This record gives sequence, structure tokens and C-alpha cells, in this order.
Amino acid sequence: MTDLELPASVGAIRRIREDPHRLGHRAHGPREPIVGAGHGETGPAHKRIIVGYGFWIFLLSDIIIFACFFAAFAVQRGSTAGGPSIGEIVDTRRVAWQTAALLLSSYTCSLSFAATNLRDVLRTQIFLLLTGLLGLAFVVMEALEFLELANQGFTPQRSGMLTAFFGLVGCHGLHVTVGGLWLATMMAQVQVKGFRREIIHRLMCFNLFWHALDIVWIGIFTIVYLMATVA
Amino acid sequence: MFGKLSLSAIPLSEPIPLITSFVVILIALGVLILITVKGWWPYLWHDWITSVDHKRIGVMYCLLGVLMLIRGFADAIMMRTQQAIAIDAPGYLPPEHYNQIFTAHGTIMILFGAMPLVLGFMNFLVPLQLGVRDVAFPTFNSVGFWLTASGALLVNVSLFVGEFARTGWLPYPPLSETTYTPGVGVDYYLWAVQISGVGTLITGINIVTTVLKMRCRGMSYLRMPVFCWTALASCLLIVAVFPVLTATLAMLTLDRYLGFHYFTNTAGGNPMMFVNLVWAWGHPEVYILVLPAFGIFSEVFSTFSGKPLFGYRSMVAATLFICIVSLMVWLHHFFTMGAGAAVNTFFGISSSIIAVGTGVKIYNWIFTMYGGRVRFETPMLWSMGFLFTFTIGGLTGVLLAVPPADFMTHNSMFLVAHFHNVIIGGVVFAVFAGLEFWFPKAFGFRLHEGWGKAAFWCAFIGFWVTFAPLYVLGLLGMTRRLQHINIPEWAPWLYVSVAGVGILILGVIAQVVQLVVSIRDREKLRDVTGDPWDGRSLEWATPSPAPFFNFAVMPNVEGEEAYWGIKLRAVETQQLAEEPKYEPIEMPVHSPVGIFTAFFTSVFGFAMIWYIWWLAGVALVAAFAEFVVFAWRDVHEYEVPAEEVARVDRARRAAREALLDRLSRQGALP
Repeated sequence: MTDLELPASVGAIRRIREDPHRLGHRAHGPREPIVGAGHGETGPAHKRIIVGYGFWIFLLSDIIIFACFFAAFAVQRGSTAGGPSIGEIVDTRRVAWQTAALLLSSYTCSLSFAATNLRDVLRTQIFLLLTGLLGLAFVVMEALEFLELANQGFTPQRSGMLTAFFGLVGCHGLHVTVGGLWLATMMAQVQVKGFRREIIHRLMCFNLFWHALDIVWIGIFTIVYLMATVA
Repeated sequence: MFGKLSLSAIPLSEPIPLITSFVVILIALGVLILITVKGWWPYLWHDWITSVDHKRIGVMYCLLGVLMLIRGFADAIMMRTQQAIAIDAPGYLPPEHYNQIFTAHGTIMILFGAMPLVLGFMNFLVPLQLGVRDVAFPTFNSVGFWLTASGALLVNVSLFVGEFARTGWLPYPPLSETTYTPGVGVDYYLWAVQISGVGTLITGINIVTTVLKMRCRGMSYLRMPVFCWTALASCLLIVAVFPVLTATLAMLTLDRYLGFHYFTNTAGGNPMMFVNLVWAWGHPEVYILVLPAFGIFSEVFSTFSGKPLFGYRSMVAATLFICIVSLMVWLHHFFTMGAGAAVNTFFGISSSIIAVGTGVKIYNWIFTMYGGRVRFETPMLWSMGFLFTFTIGGLTGVLLAVPPADFMTHNSMFLVAHFHNVIIGGVVFAVFAGLEFWFPKAFGFRLHEGWGKAAFWCAFIGFWVTFAPLYVLGLLGMTRRLQHINIPEWAPWLYVSVAGVGILILGVIAQVVQLVVSIRDREKLRDVTGDPWDGRSLEWATPSPAPFFNFAVMPNVEGEEAYWGIKLRAVETQQLAEEPKYEPIEMPVHSPVGIFTAFFTSVFGFAMIWYIWWLAGVALVAAFAEFVVFAWRDVHEYEVPAEEVARVDRARRAAREALLDRLSRQGALP
């Protein structure tokens, strides 16, 4: 019902000048507003931006879940109830390998997305597979760690500290496992359907997810494992 | 095979839940038979259950919320009558049943009554007000709604099978640990709230993305209606704090199911950690509910005063101020923890300061009415009732925010009166104002005016008669959650309170009658113009009920109060804008993924509650399979042909032209 014929950018600039209601309007310098960026002047953003943005918001909420588990660990770190202290249960050598595997998997994950941007199915699949294998190695090492601790009687039921330790590290491990399931599904989808628009969006979200898990792990590596060797 | 589940889980010896269950099952069966006989299933399935239309989902949220409000109100009636009867007497509710009732009342009212209603309004309104066709993720929106419904289902199943928690609506450990509460009650609570919490988070992400990335052309931030601002602030809080609830309940679940020691009082557990974490969610949750309520009132005050909202920008600032400060006040729920003078002082001051933001809003609403032509229609009555009620509730809140005073009134009936004062006066009044206000936009006809006003006056008077005595009782020293009372001097106040509940019941009856009468007289109450209240924001630019694509052509906003500007221009030129060129519209396809997900989560939750491990595993695998199937679909959108768009929009234009014509014949135009 309004002046649709006018190009959006021209219309926007004219409206900014002429609009008596332009309370609080802040022009973004001399640049014209970018169409599809969702900045208000030009209408809804492109689907890719909406999907990525929404997934970022989800990741933030996921990081808050981890924040709670970190907080619980901080509170209960000294609550050993006569059991082992955090320094006695940490095996830094294995954790170094775990960290290496996970960080490397983030790198291969980025390579896969670079291949996706080139629309190269084979390389995308190879690097996704590598990412998955490195993730698997990480999860297996973590499972071994948990098993060994359990064999010594150091289970979450033993003390508040062990509860918080298993809860935080296990929550991350669960995320990596679910990520692996997602990755396998994505590989199948890429193989069957090729690079359709929504599949590329999903690969982008997967990349964000995987890197976020890496960031969380750096927190765990530092606060749980490295600081255990100091104190 | 069936875990802990056996026939003894059906409460055969307790007549109240048994008869209630029986009646509810009968009603449900009756509805199902009616739908089948009338052949409504295809319509329900295609147009509602699998719909991804934000308006339909919003309406379903509201329907769920209203049903749960009635369920929670039934609990409230039982509590008030029990306390009035059980003075130096046992009353008619045994303690273990009474404890379940107050737990269920709180849980249902907040999480399954008020939350769905607020989410429903946000879903229904935000895309319409922003001038877009749907939310950012329509299919996930449907999943979110059905997860909430799944949680509500589990809570209500606990009435028939097993029991509900007896711990209060926030299951404080160590009472809620298996040592002290071995039954399934807390598990029902945990899984129901966990599942619906995920649904809420999905809606939160959806609305934040919609508001920040999907506004129509020209809709810059400071042109958004205040309701969109409050929805944004509320959903930012959802994204920030619902994960805290998820994590906290997950920890309690680990304690209960696997013997972890997060919150136990042995082996290094820390019960106060639960209280801190849960209120880090719980206090912002209050603002998640009340901020959109403020948004509704802002729309109502400005529409029915015929004026732009006074102090729009200070309203936005106050909203965001509340959004941030609400994250810093949680400790005022347990000043008595013993955190020390410094900590208590900090939280006391922050709790008082947050009232400043609300105060700014109150004055803005008052000044919006000042000098306006106030129309005392039903939504406006609810809003003015809110101004009075909420201000008093806020003042008693500031009193509770002072730690020394709080030590005297902590967990007393004074507290109970205070939070009902703000939640009923704030959220519930807003919901009823909003239902009245936007009902024609959803269904195409108005609600009956007289019955609406009757409902308001019953609710307003009933509220004060019920809760004013509770303030007095609190100051006299009565604590909350008492199953029986040994002090006969309190009796008069408890009797007055029960009388108030009677008036509230009349209000509920008036609401039901209003709905029935309005449906009967719908032709007389039909809204032909799409703008029944002389509205100011874009939702009133659509016909009533709004078409599934909302806008035939995406609007181009040229100032604040987008629709008011369009209307003024039409009045000035005495004609509508030129007919636009209609183009085909892409709309998301309907999807059953939401209801299937909810089915699997309900089965999973039920299986976990009763320790039926194999069934839980099956449900998880099935849910994953369902997601893969969903991810495999190729068609995401379908095209609405330009002719169809033109047909709908020309009808709308014809209605508007007729209105313009009538106004000019009446000489109402300049």
C-alpha cells in the first residue's frame, strides 16, 4: 500500500531526511544500508543470516548451561568429603592428547567448511570424516579416563568434588557425542542431497557448534585440569 | 518391565483425585468423540495441530494457558477452603495431599498457565506488529509449543498416575532428594518442567531472532511498538536464564537418579547452591512474565486514550533497565540464608532500584491517559485496575526488599499476598486485557462488552477481598503453606479470604459466559474493518481474522506508530494508498514434526519418571529417527499465487474503503 516502486536504499535515505518522526534514528555513516542484513531500513535479513544468528543465540544459551556446571565445580572443588582431591585424579598427559585431538578437529572442521564454500563434495566429506574421527578419539579417551577413575572407586557418588567434576566434563563429552551424531547425519545428507541451500546452512551451524565446544573445552582444560596441577 | 509402575499408582483410596481424574477423562473422551463424530479431525490436523502459522500457535498457547489457569485455580480454591475449615481441626485435605496441591498450584500457574499465555501473545503479535509474515523459525516454533504442551500433559498425568511433588513449586533440596522424597512426585516435576523449559527456550530464540533480524522495511528499533520491545527483553531473559533452570534441574536429576552429590546434605553436596541457582532463573522469570504484560498495557493505554504512548523512549529504556537489573536481585528470595550484611545490602539495594524502572512506566501510562480521550472499554478497565493493584504490589515488594523487614516477613502470608498482588495484578490482568483486545484479530469478532466488564469487576474486587486479608495474616505471623491452623484469632481473616475466592469464581463464570455469548452472537459482534479499536500498530492494518500470510504486500514503515500514520494519510487524502502490485508469496509448509516430538518426549518423560529404561531408550531413538526424517524433506515452502493474494487484499481494501466512506458521510473526516 506504500511506495514499493522506490529502491529501498534511495527510499530509506529520503525518509531519513524527510521524516519528522526520526527520533533516535542514527544513520550508519555515509554508507547505504545493506539489503538483507536485517538492520531495519531494508526489511528482513536473508535466510542465511537469520539461521546463523538464531544458532548463535542458541549457542549462547548452551554456554550458559556450561556456566552453571562451571559454577558448581567452583563451589564444590574443595568438597572432597575425605575422598581424593582434584590434583590426585587428573592425568595431564592424557588431557594433553585429548586437547590436541579436539583442537585439531576444529581445524579440520574449518577445512571442511572451506571445501563446502568451494562446493567440493569429496573434500568436504574427507574433512568431516577426519573431524568425526578426532572427536571420537576425544570421547574414547574421556571414557577411558572415567572408567579408570571408577575402577579406583572415584565415582561421582563418592564426593561433591567428584560429582561436579564428572558433571562438568561429562556434560561436555555428551555434547561432543551428540555433535558426532549430527556430523554423521550431515555427511549422509551431503552425500545424498549435495549442497542444497538448507544443507549449507546446517553445515554452517554444525561448524559453529563444534567450535563452541572447543571454546568450552579450553575453559575445562584450564579451570579443571591445569589449575588442578597448580593447587 | 514397567519399572516402578504398578496398579497401586492409581490413587484408589483418595476420592478427590480419583473423582477429578474420572471427570477429566470423561470430558476428554467426550471431546474426542465429538470431534470424531463431527469429522473435525482433518481440519484440526491440517489447520491447527501441524500448523506452523505463528498466529495459530499463539492461539494454541493461549488456549493451553487458559485451561491450566483454571486447573491452578481449582487448586487455589481447595487451599483457601482447607485453611478456612482447618482451624483447630484437620480439615478435609490430608497433609500429603495438601502439600501436593500447593506445589501443583505454583508450578502450574507460573510454568503452564502464565508462561504459555505470555508466549502465546508474543507469538501472535510480534510478527504482525513488525510487519512480517512469520517468526524466524516457524517449524521450531511448532516444536516449542508442543514441548510445552507435553510438559503440561505430564504434570496433569501425575493426578491420575502416582503423585505430584510435595516440595513447593521450587523443589528445594535436601527435601527433594531421594533420601527424603523417594516417590515419583519430584520426578514428575523435573521431567515436566525440563521438557517445557526446552520449548520455552525455542520460543525465546525464535522471538529474539525475529525482532532483531526480521523487521519490515523502515521498522527501525525505535519505531517498534513497545510490546515488541518488551517481548525482546523478555526473550533475551529467556535465553539468558532458562539454561540455568535446565542445568539446575539436570543436577537435581543426577542427584536423584544416579546418586550424585550436587545438593545433598552429605558427602560434600551443597543445598544452598540449588537455592542460588534456581533463583538465578526464578527472579528473571518473574520479569519474563511481567515485561510482555507491560507491553500489552502500553498498547492498551495508548489505543484507548487516543494518544501516542507518553515517553516512548523512556519506556524502552526502562524495559531494558529492568531486563538487566532483574539478573542481579535473585538473593532477595533468601535474605535469611545468612550471606552476611554486605551481600544482603547489595541485593536489598538492587531490589529497590529495579522498582525505579517500573515506576517510570507507571508514570508514563498515567501521562498517556492525561489529556487523552479515554474510552472505558473492557481492556482499559483491566489496565486501570492493573495500575492500582500493581502499584500496591510493587510497594509491598519494596518493603520486602529491605533485609531487616524481610527477616520478619520471610515465608509469611505477607509474601504470598505480595507476589499474588504483582502476578495477578500484573500478568493475569494483562492477559485478560490482551485477550479482550486482540480477540477480534484472532477470530474476527469482538467479545461481549457487558460480560467482560462484569468479569473485570468480579476479578478486581475478588482479588482484593481474597488477598488483603492475607497481608494482615502475614503481619500477624501466619506462615505460608499451613495445612491446619491452631490460632482461632486468624479465623475471621481466613473467612474473608474465602469469600473473596467466591467473588473470583463469579469472575471466572463471567469470563466463560462472555465467551459463550460472544460465540453465539458472533455475527452481531463481527469486526468487518479489521480495526475495531482505532488501533495504532501494524496488526490493525490486516483484516480480522488476519490472513495466514499476514500482509499481502510487506509494509514500508515511515514513522512511529506505523498504522496510525497510514490511517492519517488515508483520512487526509480521503482515499487509500494506490493498489500495489501483488506478487506470489512463499510460505512455510505445515509439518507434524512438533506433535511427533512432543509424543516422543512425553513417552520419554513418563518412562524416566517410572524407571522404565527400555521405553525411554526407544523414545530417544525414535525421536532421533524423526529428526532425520524431518531433515530429509526437500520442500520447505510453497507458493501462494498472486491472484489469491490479490483476492484477499482487495476484500480488505474494500472494507477499508467502506469505512472511509462511512466516516466521510458522517462528517467525521476533515
